[in-house]
Amino acid sequence: MSRVPVSERSSSMESPEHRGSNTWTAALTRWVEGLVPKGQWLPDRQPAYVASWIYVFGVACLASLVVIIVSGLVLTLGGVTWWHTSSVGHFVNSVHLWSVELFFATMVIHLWGKFFMASWRGNRGLTWATGALAFFGSLGTAFTGYLIQTNFDSQWISTQAKDGLNAAGIGAYFNVMNLGQMMLWHVSLLPLVVGAIVTVHLVLVRRRGVAPPIGATDPTASGSQEPES
Amino acid sequence: MTARTGGWGPTPDAHAFPTRRYDLVKEFVIALAVMTVLSVIAALVFSSPDEPAISLQQWARQAPADVVATAAGELAGTTTSAGYGPPYNTAGEGQNLGPVNLQALPGVTQPVDSAKDLVLDPVRTLTSDVPAATAVRVWEAAAPDRQQAWATAYVDALANAPDGDPAKVASGDYGPVPAIAAAELHLADSGALEGLLTSRTSFFGVDSTKALLLLADGTHLEDAARAQNLGGDQWGIMNETGNYPGQPWLWLYSLWYQVPPFATSDNADIQVWALMIVLSIGFVCIPWIPGLRTLPRHLGVHRLVWRSWHSRR
Repeated sequence: MSRVPVSERSSSMESPEHRGSNTWTAALTRWVEGLVPKGQWLPDRQPAYVASWIYVFGVACLASLVVIIVSGLVLTLGGVTWWHTSSVGHFVNSVHLWSVELFFATMVIHLWGKFFMASWRGNRGLTWATGALAFFGSLGTAFTGYLIQTNFDSQWISTQAKDGLNAAGIGAYFNVMNLGQMMLWHVSLLPLVVGAIVTVHLVLVRRRGVAPPIGATDPTASGSQEPES
Repeated sequence: MTARTGGWGPTPDAHAFPTRRYDLVKEFVIALAVMTVLSVIAALVFSSPDEPAISLQQWARQAPADVVATAAGELAGTTTSAGYGPPYNTAGEGQNLGPVNLQALPGVTQPVDSAKDLVLDPVRTLTSDVPAATAVRVWEAAAPDRQQAWATAYVDALANAPDGDPAKVASGDYGPVPAIAAAELHLADSGALEGLLTSRTSFFGVDSTKALLLLADGTHLEDAARAQNLGGDQWGIMNETGNYPGQPWLWLYSLWYQVPPFATSDNADIQVWALMIVLSIGFVCIPWIPGLRTLPRHLGVHRLVWRSWHSRR
């Protein structure tokens, strides 16, 4: 499939008169473009210190999330109880379960790695905070997944979990024994929340770049000696 | 300067460092392939647990005495749901965190009258069952004190009967309670009780609250769960049926229920929740907590992470 040829003329947004334009469209464009430094949305080079297996777990976590979403979407095709009666449904449910286990395993390793690297240095506090919030959002999403299994497990978990939620006043609005409510939270509301937090997290990572090693000095400063790539 | 940089001193701009080739898209595609393959292999090899739900009919057939005792308990107001408090009713005050009662704050948002909703209303539908219909009429005609005396006496008698067997209960003044409890058992055994609890007032039964409250008021569900090490004091919050990993990420939440003072506290749920909320906020705020935010410097693990970079300096 051939691609639509790109116009050789510069876009209107790039024209000098539009750089200072006060239209909402121009303002939004400037805001999006300014979220990360130019060329850092998807760079094909990284700082030389990004050379450790620990960096793999962030992207592995993201990849697991994609498997979770895809297998979850397939499960929605058959409905709430499909996986009890269909071998295909049961298999997809199994993929969903194990991708969740992998997601949390890689996320926890990612979080511990970032803790030991003190990756909040250099004004990256919000990057850490959004990562931690993504973890807690994922806990809630996984929990509601256990509630909507419509089997013995969900009977037991819901009747037990209600006590903690009720004691905190949350159960008054978030009824873990209401299958319909939990279903909507699990397949719609919570994935959107987690997706939004992860998106902000990724933008912050690209905005600030990967945190330099602890003790590293500015290689552009006079007298500093940094390794060449 | 130290205060502004979180105790670390100035951190260089990442974009100022020499770079190396790094194919992010290729890395993601490979990670996606690996995670997909691992998930599929795990699914093929280990499958996933799916122990069927306990139906109320199954409950009636496997533990009929428990159904009768639970029904009598609902009438006597001695079951968990009957004396729960918010958000179901005002029969209890709920749990306290010191002087604060968060449970009572929102009030009753999901009203459940255990005697009426879980027993009397379903039994009332047995219009062709003369003993059951008569028993309900007698119950409703009696004064609350009389109702309480009948139901409590029957609950005590069941507890003292061999195996809790209703047929072996000592004779006494139980009023219509035995007949109502027997009718509840009959409804459960026929398979009709679930529908009466979940979709009696709505064609689409998507709210399982009442059916689950009734089931949890008995001992059959808990017995089945404890047999699979799913009890709260068995790390059950993170356990799963069979030999599956469950929710291991809830280990810390589960831990507190195993140790004092939480393990023996009447307010354990709110205490554990409060502790976990504080810890969670602390976790999110590590970059701003003096002492904790600079701890990694002293742990030294970062030298392992960046050892190749350090070796080239």
